[in-house]
Order: sequence, then structure tokens, then C-alpha cells
Amino acid sequence: MDFPVEILPALAFYMFAAITVASGFLVIFAKNPVHSVLWLILAFFSAAGLFVLMGAEFLAMLLVIVYVGAVAVLFLFVVMMLDINFEELREGALDYIPIGALIGLILLAELVTLGSAWVVGEDITRNAAAPMPSVAEVHNTEAIGQILYTDYIYAFQGAGLVLLVAMIGAIVLTHRTRTGVRRQNISAQVSRRPEDAFELVNVKSGEGVSLTPGKKG
Amino acid sequence: MESLLVQYLPILIFLGIAIVLSVIFVGAAVLVAKQAPDDEKLSAYECGFDAFEESRNQFDVRFYLVAILFIIFDLEVAFLFPWAVSLGEIGVYGFWSMMIFLGVLTVGFVYEWKKGALEWE
Repeated sequence: MDFPVEILPALAFYMFAAITVASGFLVIFAKNPVHSVLWLILAFFSAAGLFVLMGAEFLAMLLVIVYVGAVAVLFLFVVMMLDINFEELREGALDYIPIGALIGLILLAELVTLGSAWVVGEDITRNAAAPMPSVAEVHNTEAIGQILYTDYIYAFQGAGLVLLVAMIGAIVLTHRTRTGVRRQNISAQVSRRPEDAFELVNVKSGEGVSLTPGKKG
Repeated sequence: MESLLVQYLPILIFLGIAIVLSVIFVGAAVLVAKQAPDDEKLSAYECGFDAFEESRNQFDVRFYLVAILFIIFDLEVAFLFPWAVSLGEIGVYGFWSMMIFLGVLTVGFVYEWKKGALEWE
């Protein structure tokens, strides 16, 4: 029996999509926040699979490297750093249903607007966006490179500035110099001369030596 | 498009084998093994004692700083890949575009170095 290879992409799509949606639900419903983050990692992985199916392999690999490798670790850090008893936190969660429902509705409205714009004005979005070469001609990484650094230079430099702000912000918020720490100062050690370190004293018998504090480094 | 996906077929097969195998192992353990649950099996036995606190410990915010600085340079490197691949086509303009981007982040790097954020103590 011949296996119809043509249906494999569709099968893979439905598998990855189902895993993404299911793990998205489990992110919300998991009791333990650490488990939520682990489900989120699974969602990232299956979304990467969806990107590959669309031919966007660079984005897929980026999703795995950046989101799974770094962002998920940051989430775990946040979960570990918060001094909150999550069982207690859950008890009052029902009080937040109105505002939660409001935010959910706003997000839903945005998604519906976006989706209907996509369906109704398919030509508009296609014409507004940069022309996309077919994957067979130019692979995804190169297609991004051809427009990102020239046509979209302002967005690109804006990304650089956002990264700069994030870097400086993280340092300003979390970095504090600790007092009372004895750091190794290598240049001071290397530039130390024998004259600074010791002195020769000719001690006469019966007399002591008066130490001069501060002289000896 | 088709040729791209064909290249990924071994990974899909590998993924399928991994899923099937893990389901078999866990399922077989549930089905075949003799189940006799008992509270005492889960309790601290004789020489042990119950845990004093949760296993989730707070830790220093400095780890977070290191991780966030890592992620920023991770993204910077990620931007370099498409640039390197298509450098021949985007020419001098694309080259200097990337140099400005790197320069901006180098400013941040110098700030970080001088501030001592890379030192542990």
C-alpha cells in the first residue's frame, strides 16, 4: 500500500495546531505556575513546527532559540523569584472576573478585526506588505535579510534602540553595587612595586621597631 | 516549498517515534505494573522527616539580570544571520545599517561593563 505523502503537511499542521491550542489551555489551567511555563515551552515548540510548515524556517529556529532558550527561562526566573503563595493567590482570583472578562473581550475584538481585515482585504494586505518571494526561489532567511536592513531600516534601528533601553533599564532596576565586597584589583596587584610593599630596617639590639601604619600596602 | 518540507521529514519521523515510544513506556508502566497505592509509600519513611517549606525557593535578582543581558545579545546575534546571508545583495547601505545597529548596542555594552553589571560581586 502506498502512503499518500501529500497529506503529510496537512497532518503535521493539524497535529502542531492541536498541540499549540491544547498546551495554551494547559498554561492557564495548570495549578503549578512552573508547570504553566513548561506547557508554554511546548506551545512555543509546536508553534515553531507551524512556522516550518509555512516555510518560515528562520522564524521557527528563532522561536526555539529566543523564546524556548531565553524567554521561558526568564519566565521561570520570575515564577521562582516572586514570594507568593500561589494557592492563596488563587482563592481571590474569582474577584477579578469582570476585569479579566473585559480584557478578554478587548483582545477578542482585536483578533476578530484583524481576522476579518485579513479575509476581506486580502489584496490590500498583500499590496501593502513587501512583495514576498516564493520559498522555492529565495529561502526565508535571505528573504528577511533582503528587506529588513534596507527597506525597513527605521523599524530595524528602532529594534536596536528598544534593546538598548531594555539593557539599560534592567541594569538600572536590578543592579546595585554591594559595599564591603573585597574585589580583586588585578592592575593594582601587577603595578605593585617592592618599595611599596616592604622596607628594610636596621634594628639595633635592645631597641624595637616602630611600625608605620599605612606605608606597607 | 515541497523540497523544504521534505528536508524536515526526518525530524517529523523522529518526533513521531519519540512520542510513540514515550507513550508506550508510560502506558506500559500503568497497564502492566501491579498497582497497590498506599499513603505510607509516599510518606517520609523512618529516618526522613516532612519538608519544612516549599521546594520553590526565592533567589537573587542578579540571576535575572544575567539572563536578561544574555537575551539582548542573543537577539543581536539573531539579527546578524539574515544580514550575513544577504549581505551581497543589500550592499553598502545594508552594511552600514547593521553597523549603526551594532554601534547602538555597543553603547549599551560599554555602559554595562563600566557599571559593573557583568561582575558577580
